[in-house]
Amino acid sequence: MTLLTNSAEISAEPSPIVRNLKMFARSRLSLVSILVVIGFFLLAILAPFIAPHDPNETDLFLRLLPPFWLEGGDIAYPLGCDALGRDILSRIIYGSRVSIFIGLSVILIATTIGIIAGLAAGFFGGWIDSAISRIVDILLAFPYLIFAIALMAMMGPGLQNILIALAYKEWVIPCRVVRGEVLSARNAEYVEAAKASGASDRYIMVREILPNILSPVIVVSTVRMAHVIILEASLSFLGLGIQPPTASWGSMVADGRVFMLESWWVSTFPGLAILLLVLALNIASQGLRDAFDPKFHD
Amino acid sequence: MTTKLSERSDPILRVSDLQTNFATRAGIVTAVDGVSLDVYSGESLGVVGESGSGKSVTFASVMGLIKHPGKITRGSIDFLGQNILNFSEKQYQQMRGKDIAMTMQDALTALNPAFTVGDQILEVILVHDDDLSGSRRQKKQQAYQKALDMMNLVGIPSAESRMDDYPHQFSGGMRQRIMIAIALACKPRLLIADEPTTALDVTIQAQVLELIARIRKDLGMSVVLITHDLGVVSEYCDHVVVMYAGQIVESGPTAEVIKTPAHPYTRGLLSSIPSLDDLDRIIEPIPGQVPELINLPEGCRFYSRCSFATDACQKTIDMVSVAEERQVRCILKAGEY
Repeated sequence: MTLLTNSAEISAEPSPIVRNLKMFARSRLSLVSILVVIGFFLLAILAPFIAPHDPNETDLFLRLLPPFWLEGGDIAYPLGCDALGRDILSRIIYGSRVSIFIGLSVILIATTIGIIAGLAAGFFGGWIDSAISRIVDILLAFPYLIFAIALMAMMGPGLQNILIALAYKEWVIPCRVVRGEVLSARNAEYVEAAKASGASDRYIMVREILPNILSPVIVVSTVRMAHVIILEASLSFLGLGIQPPTASWGSMVADGRVFMLESWWVSTFPGLAILLLVLALNIASQGLRDAFDPKFHD
Repeated sequence: MTTKLSERSDPILRVSDLQTNFATRAGIVTAVDGVSLDVYSGESLGVVGESGSGKSVTFASVMGLIKHPGKITRGSIDFLGQNILNFSEKQYQQMRGKDIAMTMQDALTALNPAFTVGDQILEVILVHDDDLSGSRRQKKQQAYQKALDMMNLVGIPSAESRMDDYPHQFSGGMRQRIMIAIALACKPRLLIADEPTTALDVTIQAQVLELIARIRKDLGMSVVLITHDLGVVSEYCDHVVVMYAGQIVESGPTAEVIKTPAHPYTRGLLSSIPSLDDLDRIIEPIPGQVPELINLPEGCRFYSRCSFATDACQKTIDMVSVAEERQVRCILKAGEY
């Protein structure tokens, strides 16, 4: 930190958020990864305008058409077609909608619940903390995927049920992060000072502590979003998630399983899409962590 | 500047026989034991003592900031005629910051790092100030103006542009000023300044204390100055209370206490201060340490460190009057040693 005195011209230093974002942009890998993530988001939003074909339009003459660079390929269907003659590229583009929508929604729901529960547990302590922490421990004791499979089997497939099944357990992650951060922040002197100037408990939790602990929560949310996307793909792969004919990366991989040896492209390209998005999210979250953590600042 | 007892009106803060305990694994720690003191309108009271003498805990009790496992077990605290120990949390919240404000020991950590200092002053005004009127926006504008006035009042250069700066962009002295600005934002009747200058260097120390003294006169508020520095007290306080091991050992008008200290501990404190006027004088540190506050024996708590200790000191000693407005907890009277 630079030594700052009371002269006016130094006061132009940007806010911590701007500083952190600049820090983030300095790493080229983080920058590329965030561009990939943004690219997928745009793909999802603009899918109807970008996709060359209707993702659900079948044409049995095009059955298992190879990608354009192989013999018999057609440039109009650049990544080839699946067993029903649907354009794989278009289905990947539309499939990004499912992955990103579920990833974002689950993380949004889980983080909201997690922040509320974590704040309450960390701030009030006592039996509130014990109760919330025990629920968290119990949920953590179940293997995630098996837990989700059980819930999906119970509730039946469908978009809404996927959200419920994943958020049901996902909230414990931000909850634990928030609780830990609150425990260390609640004894900070500025909390005491806020109390001494007449702030209520709710005010202290939401306005004094929360802004100070938000950066680890953001970092964790990014990593977990990648995780949720994989879980959704897993559920769809097992046939418990998004139902046909809606395109979902997980179910597309499952569709190509049988032709894996002769028509490898049916499974490979949606698989690569999952890989690319998840990898980009993970790298971006690491960049975010480095940018938010003062230890990594020069 | 000292007003005589007969001329003073009722005290705005009266603490009587306060006892605050902390239940620890090793036993019950009586951090504050039978403390009584009065703060009068417009006056400044110095509270002096070593670390662990209970001075901060006394005023944390006044603010209702004693946290578990601490508990106020005895006594009463009257502020403007109301016993605030009976207050609900809601009433405390209304009192804190508005009627009684407190600045924390460490200005480096007492400001929230996530907000600009302007926002932090603004918030207190928005929460407590009843003079604001009109729509939300108008209120915010009035509060902004008041926050700016506070920044100017505490002497922050180019206050308007510095409103948008974060605490880490200020020096220690400036941060202490901002703390004071936040504390004074709602023009409280009483300011409790807990070691306001401990973390600052000497020149800044004087500036901050002068600032508090000036604002006290301008706003007509009372000030409690918690410190371990008798020099600071002699300069800025009308009355002084000397605390030792959770008890008040001596109280009275500052000038008289400094001139003729009645308790051997006060005397010890005074002779531990180096002086430039009298370079030949030998600095006499007080030997030993403050006793542990668990299972204290009966009798004088200074017994083990006192060079005048006799067997008579081992029975319970009460505060006795030695002169008008002056009290001491010692069997010896001023001048007897």
